[in-house]
Amino acid sequence: MSRIAETFARNRASGRKTLVTFITAGDPQPQVTVPLLHRLVEAGADILEVGVPFSDPMAEGPVIQAACERALQHDVSSEDVFAMVREFRQKDQQTPIVLMGYLNPVEAMGHERYAERAAAAGVDGVIVVDLPPEEGEDFNRALEARGLDLILLVAPTTTPARLQRICDAARGFVYYVSLKGVTGADSLDIDSVTAKVEEIRKVTELPVGVGFGIRDAESAARVASAADAAVVGSAIVRLIGENQSDIDALYDRVASLVGEMRRAMDATGEPA
Amino acid sequence: MSDTTEQGLESIDFSHYPDSRGHFGPYGGRFVAETLMAALDELEAAYQRYRNDPDFVAEFEHDLKHYVGRPSSLYYAERWSKQLGGAKIYLKREDLNHTGAHKVNNTIGQALLAKRMGKRRVIAETGAGQHGVATATVAARFGMQCVVYMGAEDVQRQAPNVFRMKLLGAEVRAVEAGTRTLKDAMNEAMRDWVTNIDDTFYIIGTVAGPHPYPAMVRDFQAIIGEEAKRQILDMEGRLPDALVACVGGGSNAIGLFHPFLEDRDVAMYGVEAAGEGIATGRHAAPLAAGRPGVLHGNRTYLMETDDGQIVGTHSISAGLDYPGVGPEHAWLKDIKRVNYVSVTDAEALDAFEQLTRLEGILPALESSHALAYGAKLARQMRKDEVIVVNLSGRGDKDINTIATLKGITL
Repeated sequence: MSRIAETFARNRASGRKTLVTFITAGDPQPQVTVPLLHRLVEAGADILEVGVPFSDPMAEGPVIQAACERALQHDVSSEDVFAMVREFRQKDQQTPIVLMGYLNPVEAMGHERYAERAAAAGVDGVIVVDLPPEEGEDFNRALEARGLDLILLVAPTTTPARLQRICDAARGFVYYVSLKGVTGADSLDIDSVTAKVEEIRKVTELPVGVGFGIRDAESAARVASAADAAVVGSAIVRLIGENQSDIDALYDRVASLVGEMRRAMDATGEPA
Repeated sequence: MSDTTEQGLESIDFSHYPDSRGHFGPYGGRFVAETLMAALDELEAAYQRYRNDPDFVAEFEHDLKHYVGRPSSLYYAERWSKQLGGAKIYLKREDLNHTGAHKVNNTIGQALLAKRMGKRRVIAETGAGQHGVATATVAARFGMQCVVYMGAEDVQRQAPNVFRMKLLGAEVRAVEAGTRTLKDAMNEAMRDWVTNIDDTFYIIGTVAGPHPYPAMVRDFQAIIGEEAKRQILDMEGRLPDALVACVGGGSNAIGLFHPFLEDRDVAMYGVEAAGEGIATGRHAAPLAAGRPGVLHGNRTYLMETDDGQIVGTHSISAGLDYPGVGPEHAWLKDIKRVNYVSVTDAEALDAFEQLTRLEGILPALESSHALAYGAKLARQMRKDEVIVVNLSGRGDKDINTIATLKGITL
């Protein structure tokens, strides 16, 4: 069983909702990323989503765009990201890591080589924002051959026919993008999220994570009550941007926000 | 490499491209976030429904004739040709269109589609401002709300076009992200579209982006080549020996080239911007110096680092200042149906001056790249040979740039 599947299974068994946290690798500096990932786990994150910086992040709002720009000032490459994951794995062999990025850096390295390097570093899954299943068959095969999950997105605009197709190709978990827009946009509508999560559950056994629009502990808890996992990105990355000149404060404030989210999710979770 | 690159060029039926998923050999396709997939399906269905619909076609043709002023003339640049001492150069005068460039052919087509799809809000990206002006123009005419995204750097260097768009009622949003040029404007337009997908139609200005845009924009621009073919047959009694057009995203070039692709004896030259020279790295020539990758929804040649980050480009012409190129051009390069060449800032400026002084026509700096290569080619050809150069836009918008280069304050 993959680390992602194990995490969901363990959490499901204990009645714990899964908290997925996102940071961009190398933001605000490369040496911050690995210690920050450990702090996220200590504060209650179950799965770590790590952004691979890209020059043209089309699906991101201003907060994560700025994070990409900060990381790229240090020329953080895909190989650098793999090195960070390897370093993280020296102390933590349990927490799943999912890379999130755009297709062009993958193309630059080549699908096979990217999958090979990611697997060797200890990555568990990959999200490629601009790679729909129709175009992703080659890369999906390359990942699957090395035991990595290609995690696919479902949107509010996804039709029933596409939903079936996406869920057939998806592994790890299904990531529901809770609103029409970019990352960090307005807060989500919990009723429509609940309805869509139910629709997704009718066509797949995979766990469902919900992201985009989770800004605080309360919205994390509300999403967690409807889905298997809450994915938090811009709220964390905003704190990183605000505290980039004081790294100790950065660690503490991010840990504090994630801790609040953890507690709020645990408080609404059903008892085991 | 794709199957098509291994086939003989003679056996390719160009009318079969792109395939049903928008692929030109290994290029094109649809690489976008999931939220946009349904909108692209909807757009493709609408385009397939209306492209051959008699009412749609009649309205498109009516507007091209009475609003744009088509057909645009095919003009024999006799003085210039004689001075060059080689082939006869004909200019396809897209500069004479309403709004001053070929861009309006496409914005009318897409606006008519938006109207039929019930979309009341249109958005666009723009570099030089020509596509932004053409979009703002049709939005005014059809009573649609219009937002144009433009890189902050381009907003500064193309101030007259920014003001034109505002006069036409469009909102111009300056994009401060990234390199603050056309590619960043396109990113921001995609972000707007994903946020306002229910009521918004994204009018892409070139033959790039996710399927069906490259095919759809090509089809709307193919009027250029269709007219040129009829006109040159009338005037010379035969097809031209060569076609020349500038290539940024490549919409004016595809518009001229496409109706001639099956005419194997017609040579074609797509001219990229070499900026300060390909060797300096300060250029905008992905076909000459880039490699295949994925950006803005399609696979094509891109200017990028070894690690796949898109790099900043340089050209004196804002409309060519883009790190990618339409996927059909990428394919036409690989199968060697079109020759892709490049021209520096200095060569383009020289051609600008020649045409202005010898023919009394101020060409756009984009089109000046095609003119510069056309002149180079003409000198190597016989006097009874014929070249058609696409004069894709007029140069009034560039007078500030030219004045600055000459050290003149207007």
